Amino acid sequence: MPHRAFFAFIMPSLVAMLLFIALPIISVAVQSFYVQHERVVTEVETCTPFAGCTKETRVDAEATEKLRNEEPLGRFNGFGTYLDRNHLAVSEIGAILSDNAGFKDAAARIYNLPFYRALAFTLTYTFVVTPFAMLLGFCIALGVDAIPPFYKGPVIFFSLLPMIVTPLVGALIVYWMASSQGILGATLQTLLNDPTLSLKSSAAMTWITLLVYGIWHNAPFSFVVFYAGLQTVPHDTLESAMIDGANRWERIRFVVIPHLMPLATFVGLVQLMDNFRVFEPIVGFSAEANATSLSWSIFNDLRGQVDQLFGSAAATSMLTIVGVIILLSPVLVRTWRDFNRR
Amino acid sequence: MIATKRRLPLPLAALSTGFVLLWVFVAAFPFIWTVWGSFKVEQDFFSRDSWWFAIEGTRTIAQTGSAFTGDGYYGAWVLRDFFSSVVNTVIVTVSVVVVSLTFGTLGGYALARSGYRYTFWLLMLALVFRAMPHITLVSGYLLPFFEMNIWGYMPTAIIVLVAINQPFTLWMLHSFFLSIPKDLDESAMVDGCSRFQAFRLVVIPVMWPGVITTGLFSFLLAYNDFAVTAMLLSQPNQTMVPKIASFLGTIQQEGNVMFAVAAVVSATAPLFVLVLFFQRQIVSGLTAGAVKG
Repeated sequence: MPHRAFFAFIMPSLVAMLLFIALPIISVAVQSFYVQHERVVTEVETCTPFAGCTKETRVDAEATEKLRNEEPLGRFNGFGTYLDRNHLAVSEIGAILSDNAGFKDAAARIYNLPFYRALAFTLTYTFVVTPFAMLLGFCIALGVDAIPPFYKGPVIFFSLLPMIVTPLVGALIVYWMASSQGILGATLQTLLNDPTLSLKSSAAMTWITLLVYGIWHNAPFSFVVFYAGLQTVPHDTLESAMIDGANRWERIRFVVIPHLMPLATFVGLVQLMDNFRVFEPIVGFSAEANATSLSWSIFNDLRGQVDQLFGSAAATSMLTIVGVIILLSPVLVRTWRDFNRR
Repeated sequence: MIATKRRLPLPLAALSTGFVLLWVFVAAFPFIWTVWGSFKVEQDFFSRDSWWFAIEGTRTIAQTGSAFTGDGYYGAWVLRDFFSSVVNTVIVTVSVVVVSLTFGTLGGYALARSGYRYTFWLLMLALVFRAMPHITLVSGYLLPFFEMNIWGYMPTAIIVLVAINQPFTLWMLHSFFLSIPKDLDESAMVDGCSRFQAFRLVVIPVMWPGVITTGLFSFLLAYNDFAVTAMLLSQPNQTMVPKIASFLGTIQQEGNVMFAVAAVVSATAPLFVLVLFFQRQIVSGLTAGAVKG
């Protein structure tokens, strides 16, 4: 296809992507170097006949408003926002590292910094949910593969539901069941004989619930892909493995799993990318007191009705994008190699 | 694997069937429970005494006289104007699907038919864009949109969702068009068609299976989105998902969680129907991405 025709065809799509994906990334990068104006403060001298003159400082609302309207970006701050307490917290980290009572203390204090708190949960979620969801998906695929064909349709129908449902809605459904007055929460209280047990009371419970929810939500995708992969396992290889005396487990271990490996890397990478932006579950579970994520921090900065902290949100966004690129780099490098080999 | 399947020894077969049954229960039960519970009063669904109340509807009978009540639905749809956000959702999702499929088929076709090196880079770029968390993009939009005075309107949210959707659509349709033989449109061009005529007259009639599958996923993205619609739409233009989120803040104080439960069930119902009718396409779409992506 000649260049001209190619670009005529791809133009709408390319323009949309450049305008609404590439430009916003640049816009985020620019915004992250600015912070909003401080309030304009004027010094007013008030004199009363008896008390004499006092100077006091007042916020000049009108001037502040004017300044903010003239320069909506705010004032230039360089890397200031990146280094402040709400983001990388360089000076706080330095202080903690130079003066702490052992590793545990240092970790606890670092965990109290908002950015590291969000990062800790985001990474835990990404690296716990992804492998467990894949493992669960694989087991379901093996199980479904063995049931009579007649039942497969309905089973796949129900299996798809946790994945297809709106993430916020799915989170709410599970949250209501897991709350102390819902069926799951109440049952857990009776089982463990602890009437005070509730989702919100402890950070550990919140984390576990969110992780379980994540596995529930993500397993169907792995299941569907692995199930499709199982249909293409070469029959001859399986049979020859049986003749060689491989038992059932060995056949799975040495024939099925290697066959599914390329699929597994694909599923793993897609899920890593998706889990890294975990956001809706935290809103749905109202878990922000115990668990926050990078996406949630950005959302929280932007949500403020009066003061939207664009600079702060943008800095977190940039750090998130760096994280995404780090996660994505193995794929990009591999695809690049594959492409060059061709 | 049919031959090996038959040879499952009984305990293993029981174990594996049991596991599948357990999974189906875990996957489906929350939905069944919530649908059931949405017809009860709050004191039953969130019972402090026993969750048997939710099954038997003790309080619901006491308060309304029958074991099922539509109060939650009435509250959400009529009193809280959930209906208008349903209309908004229909407008947004239909527009997103139509526009992104139009852009996507053109782009995907071009990517599949051009042999130049830059197609690879474009696909890589799309992959990077696909990985961007939506909320980071939203934080890039807000300030410029405020300045340009286009914040809060539906067309803005629609075009943003279309753009966010493009990387995935391009990948999917690109791999789909690769599976349509090149000879088809090339012979049309030999017969005197221009490139666009060949696309319109020869490719469009055979592309529907792939387009429908891709369209389903575009629909799901637009329908399920929370970050973009919550941040870019003003109150009256809100779609269902941000509306449900806004319910949570106001409703829980007033003790009307059941409005939110009813709204959640209402928002999930279309997805049930979708999976029911398009299960095959959804499964093939997921696996097509896996095999070729």
